Amino acid sequence: MRHVITLLVENEFGVLTRVAGLFSGRGFNIESLCVAETLDPTVSTMTIVTRGDDQILEQVLKQLNKLISVIKVVDLIEKDFVEREMVLAKVSATPETREEILRVVDIFRGKVIDVGAKTYTIEVTGDEKKINALLALLKPLGIKELVRTGRVAMMRGSKITTEHES
Amino acid sequence: MKKTGSQIIVECLKKEGVDLIFNYPGGAVLPLFDELQGAPFKQVLVRHEQAAVHAADGYARATGKVGVVIVTSGPGATNTVTGIATAFMDSIPIVIMTGQVPTLLIGNDAFQEADIIGITRPCTKHNYLVKDIKDLARILKEAFYVARSGRPGPVLIDLPKDTLINSTEFKYPEKIFIRGYQPTYEGHLGQIQRAVKLMMKSKKPILYVGGGIISSNASKELALFAERLGIPVTMTLMGLGGFPGNHPLSLGMLGMHGTYWANMAVMESDLLIAIGSRFDDRVTGKIEAFAPQAKIIHMDIDPTSISKNVRVDLPIVGDCKRILSKILSFLEVEDCTSYRSALDKWHHQIEKFKVIHNMNYEQKEIIKPQYIIKKIFELTKGDAIISTEVGQNQMWTAQYFPFLKPRTFLTSGGLGTMGFGLPAAMGAQAAFPEKLVIDISGDGSFQMNSQELATLVQYQMPVKVVILNNGYLGMVRQWQEFFYGKRYASSCLEGTSPDFVKLAEAYGAVGLRANKPEEVVPTLKKAFSTPEPVIIDFVVDPEENVYPMVPAGEPLNQMRLV
Repeated sequence: MRHVITLLVENEFGVLTRVAGLFSGRGFNIESLCVAETLDPTVSTMTIVTRGDDQILEQVLKQLNKLISVIKVVDLIEKDFVEREMVLAKVSATPETREEILRVVDIFRGKVIDVGAKTYTIEVTGDEKKINALLALLKPLGIKELVRTGRVAMMRGSKITTEHES
Repeated sequence: MKKTGSQIIVECLKKEGVDLIFNYPGGAVLPLFDELQGAPFKQVLVRHEQAAVHAADGYARATGKVGVVIVTSGPGATNTVTGIATAFMDSIPIVIMTGQVPTLLIGNDAFQEADIIGITRPCTKHNYLVKDIKDLARILKEAFYVARSGRPGPVLIDLPKDTLINSTEFKYPEKIFIRGYQPTYEGHLGQIQRAVKLMMKSKKPILYVGGGIISSNASKELALFAERLGIPVTMTLMGLGGFPGNHPLSLGMLGMHGTYWANMAVMESDLLIAIGSRFDDRVTGKIEAFAPQAKIIHMDIDPTSISKNVRVDLPIVGDCKRILSKILSFLEVEDCTSYRSALDKWHHQIEKFKVIHNMNYEQKEIIKPQYIIKKIFELTKGDAIISTEVGQNQMWTAQYFPFLKPRTFLTSGGLGTMGFGLPAAMGAQAAFPEKLVIDISGDGSFQMNSQELATLVQYQMPVKVVILNNGYLGMVRQWQEFFYGKRYASSCLEGTSPDFVKLAEAYGAVGLRANKPEEVVPTLKKAFSTPEPVIIDFVVDPEENVYPMVPAGEPLNQMRLV
């Protein structure tokens, strides 16, 4: 089962390795990982997307909680949440495909952020489904390179994930 | 007032009440050693850094206090790894300080540089690289707190040379707050009440207790609880001593080399009350077949231990001592009396198991290792601190020495580290110079840290090393006998070990040897009355096996008895 986990961690060196080590030590793959500072500069958020059966995941969550540099662990899959990812894609643009690419990008509310002699570089943000749908449409047109940020996520409504004791 | 990093460390160690440090110097850590001269701590210079950690570990197990180690960078630091992993697996509080190359050289492959923070990350409870001397005092305070609180464990502090030399304003942090670390001590009241209800409904309960009883100092509460309800108690290797081994309710150890009756009782029980134990594979055997009829209550301070291997019906996270006290307060006297008498049938059933295999062995013309251990118990009346190495020596000790008190049995349970016993005994002896400390060893394990004989002699620590010399890596040989068609690949030491008596003498210790059963008692007596460290070379039956044995991965009731 797919899980989206939000971690609040101390913003200091070595924390990422501690977290990653818990996954790698159990032969778990991290599907995507995103880390950055929060409003409080001493705290960072990590958003981790991973898959695993419930018992193993329960163990991973407890182990993450046990890390001294980890302040809070939330498995968003148990909550109502929104998630987004940004992709940059370099698509080959020939006189025949240019129009089609622009149309697709427009429908997905993306942007062309760089134009080369034979390529468009486009930027799109969305959830997993939207990104996959877009990529499926662009693929036949020729994606030369693809970079994804990994997922970021947040609970819906007025609930705040980043609240913690300080 | 301004102080150097080294002075700050000494001040902080004083504040922590440190009285003993195991150390080994080297280039990167010399500023600290210079400052330690004249500091009010007893210091023991070991002969290998691994032994420094095992010694601090033995000290911590025997006293309940935090063990302290100081070593240098690079090889000094990497040599500590086995010791740290040993302490980590057994939840033993130690603070290890390692020297490190100056901050500016870190990452440059400098002389004697090793990324010890990276290396020890998976085997420490937490570790710190001191990058700014201003953090030094706080980090030291945190390290000791983290090591001893919650589920205890080893904490490493890496000290770049410049942080030892440079100065800063020193203010001792009186308070600590670590927002990511707040262990739960009080058990959930509702859960505790539910547990009591479950207990009162059970007809065949068993207590399965581990090292958590010892680290939370809960032996007294455990005994009160077991006695009040008349529930039999089986212990893990780490739990031995947590409940008196000679108590009528004690079933001894369970698991791979547990007693027949303890294992059978687990398989027959209808309620398993696990306290401070973690369902290790050496305890459970085939996990799906473990305690098949039992509901399981699990009390542990570490939430990750709960439902890790076995699904638990009723978890209680918290300190074992406090949970047990709470449970005791909920038990009504009348209920207990009727409950206890209803358990008669259960006790009879367990008694019948004892008839089937009662841990007997036959002492003929060659010395049986079990006999030596029984005699050690009789001669000391259990009033000794016993360490072991790993393998047959360890299992026979666990089986034949009924430990009476907590913190008297020092053994590497989780990691199973050969070479642990001698330095651990040294650590306990350093803490209790007047006590009789015995390392029960094998001819293989002994040679993994025998260099520490020099330390014993230098500091006049009168540890007695009992070598059960069978000329084999005995447990390996036993597995090869059972499971590898008696092909003894790389497990025979016969004729290759040094003369242990001469070895002892070469170090300035006393060496004794016994070949015949009738020499066992006089030799032990002589050793125990010798004020120096003694090595006894007991030439024992080379092919004696440890029984019962549950082959790895089999259910607990599938025991080999002969």
